[in-house]
Amino acid sequence: MADKVLMKGNEALAEAAIMAGCKHYFGYPITPQTEVAAYMAKKMPKTEGGVFLQAESEIAAINMVIGVASTGKRVMTSSSSPGISLKSEGISYLAGCDLPALIINVQRGGPGLGGIQPSQSDYFQATKGGGHGDFHLLVLAPNSVQEMVDMVFKGFDLAEKYRMPAMILSDGTMGQMMEPVSLEKGIINEYDKSWALTGTKGERKPNIVNSLYIAPEELEKLNFERYERYKKIEETEAMYEEYLMDDAEICIVAYGVASRVAKNAIDTARKEGIKVGMIRPITLWPFPKKALNEAADKVKKFISVELSMGQMIEDIELAIRCKKEVLLCNRTGGMITTTQDVLNKIYEANGGKQ
Amino acid sequence: MNKEILIAGFGGQGILFSGKFLAYEGLIDGKEVSWLPSYGPEMRGGTANCSIIISDSAVGSPIVSNPDILIAMNLPSLDKYEKETKAGGQIFVDSSLIDRKVERTDVETYYIPATKMASDEGLTGLANMIIIGHMIAKSGIVPEENIEKAMHKVVPATKQNMFDLNMKAVKLGFEY
Amino acid sequence: MVVFDKPNALTENTLHYCPGCTHGIIHRLVAESLDELGVTGRTIGVASVGCSVFTYNYFNCDMVQAAHGRAPAVATGVKRSDKNNIVFTYQGDGDLAAIGTAETVHSAARGENITVIFVNNAIYGMTGGQMAPTTLPGQKTQTSPYGRDVEAVGYPVKVCEMLSQVDGATYLERVAVNNVANVKKAKAAIKKAFQNQIEGKGFSLVEVLSTCPTNWGLAPDKAIGWLEENMLPYYPLGVYKDKYAEEK
Repeated sequence: MADKVLMKGNEALAEAAIMAGCKHYFGYPITPQTEVAAYMAKKMPKTEGGVFLQAESEIAAINMVIGVASTGKRVMTSSSSPGISLKSEGISYLAGCDLPALIINVQRGGPGLGGIQPSQSDYFQATKGGGHGDFHLLVLAPNSVQEMVDMVFKGFDLAEKYRMPAMILSDGTMGQMMEPVSLEKGIINEYDKSWALTGTKGERKPNIVNSLYIAPEELEKLNFERYERYKKIEETEAMYEEYLMDDAEICIVAYGVASRVAKNAIDTARKEGIKVGMIRPITLWPFPKKALNEAADKVKKFISVELSMGQMIEDIELAIRCKKEVLLCNRTGGMITTTQDVLNKIYEANGGKQ
Repeated sequence: MNKEILIAGFGGQGILFSGKFLAYEGLIDGKEVSWLPSYGPEMRGGTANCSIIISDSAVGSPIVSNPDILIAMNLPSLDKYEKETKAGGQIFVDSSLIDRKVERTDVETYYIPATKMASDEGLTGLANMIIIGHMIAKSGIVPEENIEKAMHKVVPATKQNMFDLNMKAVKLGFEY
Repeated sequence: MVVFDKPNALTENTLHYCPGCTHGIIHRLVAESLDELGVTGRTIGVASVGCSVFTYNYFNCDMVQAAHGRAPAVATGVKRSDKNNIVFTYQGDGDLAAIGTAETVHSAARGENITVIFVNNAIYGMTGGQMAPTTLPGQKTQTSPYGRDVEAVGYPVKVCEMLSQVDGATYLERVAVNNVANVKKAKAAIKKAFQNQIEGKGFSLVEVLSTCPTNWGLAPDKAIGWLEENMLPYYPLGVYKDKYAEEK
């Protein structure tokens, strides 16, 4: 096992991408993802075949990503919330062209220019498509610097396996914090890339990477096919972590930094004898619907802890078919839920302290 | 053990650096650690603070709002975080920059003229390391013998002079 | 004896362009250039949005279809993926000089080693004839029904002139395909733009003045006449920049 080093989440993520064989990075400056681009600018020129390019806009950056992705190589871009909105067009094209790529969103408060402090308010944007048209992104939500690394390998792998874009939905806290991390190379699988644009060399018919289908019958068929793939992903790739759920009567659902705060609150509540546990989605799409629905048959109440105005709570309610009440514990705009906030909500769900 | 430490002061006082050094102390000691800076425009000459958690078990929230240990390197930081410090906690004050006393009576208080000591000893800009050294001595949260190892992690091997000055600063604070 | 044949770099597909449209000629010039330079097998083309959106069906090389205006950014990615790729974009005036202005200017500024084929017919063709960034003053279109009023909507963008001020650009030439002599000149310019890329010389753009009989509301021969009378004076033909010629 590699020695543990202290690294910022943003930097660990960037290093992991290089370790994962990503040699192309395109970005545009925005806080709080800054360190990702800075790290790439420093390291890519020292990596064989490595390319770092600061684009003229987020829009140009995601289209450069499309260019590299269409040649079948691993490629990444990173941004923060307003920049991701600009990338949305390109993300839709990636999905429509069935191209794998990794997009990082180190979220900050919104809407509009919003603020620069940590937030989870891009949940809808990330999990419900993130651009025009019928499609999904794979959405991974790390809650530690180590997971920032692990999710890079996972994200590239799933993206290539299913030929679709993947997003790591991080936030300012995850990006800026340092934790011990083991920089170990994850699994890199080889997938068929006969679709990639490598030049015909006069030996095969041209490959075409395209998302335009004028005949509605054809486009519908492709969308149906794509959703068959999504269905398989939902059945097989949902990732989550359970914490003290065996005897839990209250189930907290939280991801990313909010899950870290929730864990503190759960530990305190447990000491006071309240049976509370947590299901932490690691993939936000596919959402761990099955695990939540099963938990709904055992627990009395759910609490969605999120740094947004009640976005994930909708997916929880859908997943559990509204069988149980779901309370919302949230802060937004760059404010972070405190342990006490979560504890108070646990008391509310518990009908008091005892 | 689960110790939450908040180091607060002006941007430029090396708040984040001293926090990183402390986090490495914990890491080398086999503990779980986290380090979280405040970020954004406030870093440009305004207040800067850094949350460090050193724990026997996995760190929950990396955000420290109620520290066990507060290091205040300017008056606004003491004003802001004194009342947030846990009862029974410890407050370390750079007394050359803060001329008031801690009002709380349910915490241990340590005063050290770190900035003055730094300038007297030719260690300008290293008041942060002096006060960290003092905190390590008085809190005992990380063992003294790891200081050198941790310093190697935060000062590049090519900068021996920087390493020596930082070690001198920590030692000065430790022995104060 | 075969004296005239379809270039290998064109597919068997029938072009969808309107009768009298000069896109077909320009496609052929690009294809001939690729064949003559022997690079079709390592060429990756980038289709844009507009009438040229379907070019991926016509060029017999790997193709990627880009979002509106983004072709130079996509081309940047393709080229940076493997510098041995010969990469070209094929864009119209709305795509290149309106929605994609930033991508155009910055790919030129970076000196991206790509070839840009810019077809200027002074109108948005695909969407049915709206005012383009290159629509002439006074020219009537669907969205300038009383003629382009420069007081209200400003002046046309002269792309070659504008880019000639960009240090990163290598080669800029404006040509037209209104007669045989000019078609030959256009071919030479396009071939040179690819030759530059093969030699690693950087950003080359050829602006081709083209006709749009359908949306101009003119018969093909009259459209050629309109181009000569109205576009040639406003958009003078010629080399606007040739970095390597200057250095000789």
